[in-house]
This record gives sequence, structure tokens and C-alpha cells, in this order.
Amino acid sequence: MATNDVRTERRRPLVHLGLIAFGVLMLYPLIWMVVSSVKPTPEIFRDPGLIPHRVTFENYPEGWTALPRDFGHYIVNSLIVVAGSVAGNLVACSLAAYAFARLRFRLRRFWFAVMLGTMMLPIHVVIVPQYVMFSQVGLVNSFWPLILPKLLATDGFFVFLMVQFIRGLPRELDDAARLDGCGHAGIFLRIVIPLAMPALATTAIFTFIWTWNDFFSQLIYLTDPDKYTVPVALRTFVDSTTETRWGPVFAMSVVALAPIFGFFLAGQRYLVRGIATTGLK
Amino acid sequence: MPATPAVPEASRPLLSPVVRVRRRRRREGEQGGEGLVAAFFLAPWFVGLFLITAGPIAASAYLSLTDFALIDAPEWIGLDNYREMWGDPRFWAALKATTLYVVVSVPLQLAFALALAVVLDRGLRGLWIYRSVFYLPSLLGGSVAIAVLWRQMFGTYGLVNRLLGLLGWDSPPGWVSTPEYALWTLVLLHVWTFGSPMVIFLAGLRQIPRMYYEAASVDGAGRVRRFFWITLPLLTPIIFFNLVLQVINSFQSFTQAFVISGGTGGPVDSTLFYTLYLYQRGFGELEMGYASAMAWVLLLVVGLVTGLNFLASRWWVFYGDE
Repeated sequence: MATNDVRTERRRPLVHLGLIAFGVLMLYPLIWMVVSSVKPTPEIFRDPGLIPHRVTFENYPEGWTALPRDFGHYIVNSLIVVAGSVAGNLVACSLAAYAFARLRFRLRRFWFAVMLGTMMLPIHVVIVPQYVMFSQVGLVNSFWPLILPKLLATDGFFVFLMVQFIRGLPRELDDAARLDGCGHAGIFLRIVIPLAMPALATTAIFTFIWTWNDFFSQLIYLTDPDKYTVPVALRTFVDSTTETRWGPVFAMSVVALAPIFGFFLAGQRYLVRGIATTGLK
Repeated sequence: MPATPAVPEASRPLLSPVVRVRRRRRREGEQGGEGLVAAFFLAPWFVGLFLITAGPIAASAYLSLTDFALIDAPEWIGLDNYREMWGDPRFWAALKATTLYVVVSVPLQLAFALALAVVLDRGLRGLWIYRSVFYLPSLLGGSVAIAVLWRQMFGTYGLVNRLLGLLGWDSPPGWVSTPEYALWTLVLLHVWTFGSPMVIFLAGLRQIPRMYYEAASVDGAGRVRRFFWITLPLLTPIIFFNLVLQVINSFQSFTQAFVISGGTGGPVDSTLFYTLYLYQRGFGELEMGYASAMAWVLLLVVGLVTGLNFLASRWWVFYGDE
């Protein structure tokens, strides 16, 4: 045992060295893309290194204005979808989670199993009829098909995450509140919600990142260039010219990734907790 | 579970049902009777379940038996869509590419995740930095921006070929434009996102009592033996969990193949993911019936594979209480 530990201690620097090398390898493409976004396009092809010979910021304004609307327009569109989705998930999923975690009602176990089942359902099975439905009420090329499902708690992952969290809260607090005259609405709003802030934060951050990254449903529902969100616009940008102008494309890719990176830095703790409790991607 | 107590219509007081139910429960200390409150809290979820999930599932089953181009009413054609699929070479190409992708990329990704988790799980200093660095790609990996980057990196004149040039390989192939290699760039992208299963493995490793390792060390077991005789068996439930989840997810991969191949699934359908083909037929050519049939086959395949996974798990997943 003791000899083992000594050996482990001696090998630590090697382990660190290996991990650092591997980390650099993993992040190399990302860093290279950021660096390339401030290089002139011809140099992107010539130079696989991380130090630009000539720094230029012209890629950013060029990419920003390359499509019919400013890139800012697409960012605003994305933010509308994201804000609606975050708000929807926070309200609808926490309501449902409270019922599953704290209330007793008929067929609770059945409905809970149904909820878990919906988490596994490929979106492709429902997307065609959903599209037909939304097109019949004239909502294709609006943000409603993207936001409405979140307002209706269809993201089972987050219901499950919050159920797990609320189950961990001591019931004595509910009982105390009940003695003080709180109903379920009061317990939910004054006890459970404040205590479930970490789970709500996890939900908000994941919803933000997933919605911001989501491509499939935005590609399907948003075909009017005015309604494009960032991923759809970016894809159009890449495919719009036969000779892709990588400098501006990389610049806008960096712009598209920046919010996720920001949330990642700010919300690390919640992200890790979220994955560890539910196995989100 | 006791049923919601039936309150005779006439005896209902002028209080809101919610208050009434609560009072009953408090007075009698009974366990049931929160049905109405639950109905209120679950209302959005129920509407969503029927409007967004269950209803469309049923509709999709019906549409899969019709010819439907969105403008005219669906025309009943029985099992013709499924028959057409059977003889559709692109359908088989899509199924093949997707299956190959899942079968290769998921085990590879989980192997990386497990290896890194085991290395990180020995109280290294700066653990959180490593964890963040390895985790970051799994947040970004599904985005269009990263797919765009991949398309450049593995192109004929991309970053990878520049680096290979420095190593002396004069004219390497364009990886994304060669049918033999294109799919492997997508596999690599999937493996790159090993961070999220790694974090789950790390959480699982924390649960293994240290005394097992100490006891094994006393008995003279080295690092390798401890891994295979303690870590691996105790981690099998989590490996299984990750496996099921990743298989379900990767069968549905879309964005990367779509962006890297410019929406075509090429070259020569080598990256024609199942969902990409479904998109082309359903939303490119407006063959909603065919797309619905494809979606049902996908559901069956994913369900079948997940079921097999669960069956097989009896042989290799070890739960501590057995």
C-alpha cells in the first residue's frame, strides 16, 4: 500500500503532463478557429499555427453584414427563442415537478413513467404532424412552434431533474409552512422554488445552451430569411458561396459560440451538477 | 394509491376546490385527495403531452399510411410507404451509415470518457480545470459553428492536411470529400464530445467506497487488477446508463452531417444520416407520408436496440445488491 502511494506520487507530474497535452490537443481546433477569425482568409489556409502573422479585424464586420440582414438581427431572433424557451421550461417544468414530487394523485406512477418515456422519444416521430399542425394555424415562420412546446413542459429531462431535486428537500419545511396556513401554491412559491434555485439554474443554463445550439427544428420552422436564427443563418452563410470565405465565416462562428462559452464559464457548477444527476448530454 | 374522494355535487361549499381538498387532508390526515391541485400543477404538462407528443405520435402513425404533400388531404395508401422503403437504396444507405456511426462512435466515446474519468479520479490538483477543458467540447459539439469548423479542418486544404503536410505527407486526401473517410470525421467529432459521459463517470467513481481499494491493496492487487476487479464491475450500471443514452442520441444525429455535407449526406451518401434522409424526403420533397413512415421505423429500430441493450445488460451489468 505504502509503496503504491510512493509510486503514484512519483508519477503525478507525468500524469499532469499527459493530461495537459491531451487537453491542448482537444482545444487546438477551437483556439485555432478563434485565432483564424483575426487572420486574412488566404493565411488561414497556409498557416496551421496559433500565432497570426498579421492581425486583422476586418473579418468581423465583413461576416456581420454578409447576409441580407445584419448578424445582429439573427442574434436577436435567437435570443427571442431562447428567452421564451427558458421562461417556459422554468415555469412549466417546475409546476409539473412539484406535482410529481409532492402531491398524491391517482395514477401518479403511471404519468411519471409516461413522462420518463417522452424523454426517450425521438423528435422525428412527432415533427411531421407538429409541422402540419403549426402550418395549418399559420405559425410556420414564427417562433411559436419553437417556444410553445417549452411552455407546455415537453422537456421531460427538466421535469425529471427538478423532481429529483425537490424530492431531496425536507418535507418538514412543507409541514411547517402548512401549519402557518400556506396552501400548495404558497408552499410551491415560498418554500420549494427558493430552495430549488440550483435546479432552476441548471435548467435555465441547459435550456439556453440547447436552444441556442438547436438546429433541426429551427431549420424546419424558420424558412423566411427574416426569421433566421443564428445557427440557420450561419449555415446559409457557409453554403451561400461556392468559395467559402473562411475568415468571415470563422468570425461569425466565434460570435455564435461566445454566449455558450460565457454561460459555460459562469454556470460550471450547475452544469456539472445537472449532468451528474440526470445524465444530460 | 387511494382514489380522489368523490365529493357529492351538492355538498360542495363555495370555497375553491383547492382549499377544500387541502382542508380535508389536513383534518383527516389522509394521503389521497390532492387530485385537483395536481391537475392544476400538471395542466401545462398534460396539454403538452396530448398536443405536442401523444397526438402527433398517433397522427404520425396515420400519416405513415398515406401519401401526403401538405397541400391536399392525405391519401390512404396502406403499407406502400413501408414497401417503398424496403426497395429504396438510399434508405438502406442511410440506415447503414447511421448504424456504422453509432456502433463505432459510441463505444469509442465511452472508452475515452471512462479512461479520462479514471485518470482524473485520484485527487489530482486542478481537477476542475481538466474537467472543464474536457467537458467544454460536449457543450459546443452539437452546434453549427463547430460543424463549420470541422468542414474546414477536414477539407482538402484544411487545418488537418496542413498539419499532415508539416509531418511530410504531401497530398493527403480531402477527408470530408472522400466517401471512405467522410463518416469517420463525424465519428471523431462524436468522440471529441466525450466530456459529458466523463462527468457522469466521475460522479459514479465517487460512489465507490475507498475501503474496497484499500482492502484490495492489502491483498496485493495492483492498479490494473483493482481497475478490472473493483472499478469496472461497480461502474457497470453507469456504463450501461451512458450506453443507452448515447445510443439513443446518436441514432438521431443530424446537425453535423447536414452542415458538413452541405445538406446532401454526401459524398455518395456516405454521411447520409437517417434523420438527414428523413429531412430531405419530408421537408425537401414534402413527402410527409414517407417521412412519417421513416420516423416510425427509426422509433422501432431505436426501441429494438434499447430493448436488446436492456436484455444484454443482465449478463454484464452488476448491481451491488445481487
